[in-house]
Amino acid sequence: MIIVDKIEKYFGSQRVLRNLSFKISKGEHVSLLGSNGAGKTTLVKILATLLKPSNGSASIAGFDLLEKADKIRSCIGVVSHQSYLYQDLNAVENLRFYGKMFDVAKLDQRIDDVLQSVNLFHRRFDMVRIYSRGMLQRLLLARALLHRPPVLLLDEPLTGLDVSSRDMFNQFIENLKTHKVTLLSASHDIEHAIHQSDRVLILKDGSLVLDKLSLHITSQELKENLR
Amino acid sequence: MADIRHIIHLVSKDLLIELRSKEILLSMIIFSLTIILIFNFTYDIGIQAVQRHTPGLLWVAFIFAGTLGLNRSFMREYENGRMEGLLLCPVSRGSIYIAKLVGNVIFMMIIEMVSLPVMVVLLNLDIIKFIPMLFLLLVLGNIGFASVGTLFSAISLHTRSRELMLPIMLFPVTIPVILAAVKSTAFLLNAKPLAEIMPWVRILIGFDLIFTTLCSFLYKYVVED
Repeated sequence: MIIVDKIEKYFGSQRVLRNLSFKISKGEHVSLLGSNGAGKTTLVKILATLLKPSNGSASIAGFDLLEKADKIRSCIGVVSHQSYLYQDLNAVENLRFYGKMFDVAKLDQRIDDVLQSVNLFHRRFDMVRIYSRGMLQRLLLARALLHRPPVLLLDEPLTGLDVSSRDMFNQFIENLKTHKVTLLSASHDIEHAIHQSDRVLILKDGSLVLDKLSLHITSQELKENLR
Repeated sequence: MADIRHIIHLVSKDLLIELRSKEILLSMIIFSLTIILIFNFTYDIGIQAVQRHTPGLLWVAFIFAGTLGLNRSFMREYENGRMEGLLLCPVSRGSIYIAKLVGNVIFMMIIEMVSLPVMVVLLNLDIIKFIPMLFLLLVLGNIGFASVGTLFSAISLHTRSRELMLPIMLFPVTIPVILAAVKSTAFLLNAKPLAEIMPWVRILIGFDLIFTTLCSFLYKYVVED
């Protein structure tokens, strides 16, 4: 579903990603770990078509990242710590706007469905400006899933969330497994990454230093590679 | 067809947000009216002077107020990473540019519809018979000014002193459109024949076509990596 082939990224003379290659199968949940500055966000932004790789190639759902960026945008959902939402619109208006941008069929019904699934249906007519951080993040997840993307890219989605919001968010992500949604989640949360994902990738200074099934990872390996 | 649909949704979203926040329009209207009032009370001008100076005064007020609106229109998208949210949509970058341009032209038209009657009353202007042609000149002038301004406001957001950079970049490039707009308005208000106005109108149309096409093509290089 996601194929990354020898991707490199330079910002000026600084090499942020070094020769990254990996594959993620359909329905697989993969966590991307690494310390600050390891290149997690850059990699997610490249896969989300927001940045272009300096070298190498990648494809999502069979579409080349550089050639078919528009097709890729239609089949990915992105959740980051940025809200992407308009404060002067309510939840329904925000989702309706993005739904129209993605040409979602039967939009009103779909908006009701996603709002119910993230438990915000009862607050759907509230202005987004009065939402708490947890509610915003759930609405952002609803926005990302509105067009039924087969691939979900998460960039530190739990930043700033309290324990109950984290639990609700994690439970929702767990449920996505039953819908065969492929997921790549950049995170600092090691425990969450090990328990919730099928596989863990660890980036260190822009290089992929570990690619292993979560079940087989030892704490020693984590300690060494995340130091 | 999909592009036109996306443009309509983007413009509707901007208008709805502006209707609620009144953030851009209010400041533009106050600014435009202030300029008109200052000119009116500073100079005690006679009828001949009014005819000579009004076109310049008119466009100074509209262009300065328009610059204020241009500064704000993209800033709203960059707060909370909303621009990233837009760029994640399968929408052509040209459509985003055209939608912003349409929004900016609508905002400029609104302030002109509010400011113009005030100017007519204060300066005792007789513009009734010129209204259709004046409307055309305003639309053409606004499109020309906003076509470059929309692109430059997106560029200036990436600079350190963004609100200062926009007029510095924008005014030199838009001199032909400002000149053509002022000249054609002056000829119109002085009841000159259409044959004298048309060369300036053609400059406005040419500027609008060239810069709208060019800027919609260049916009993706401003917002993309």
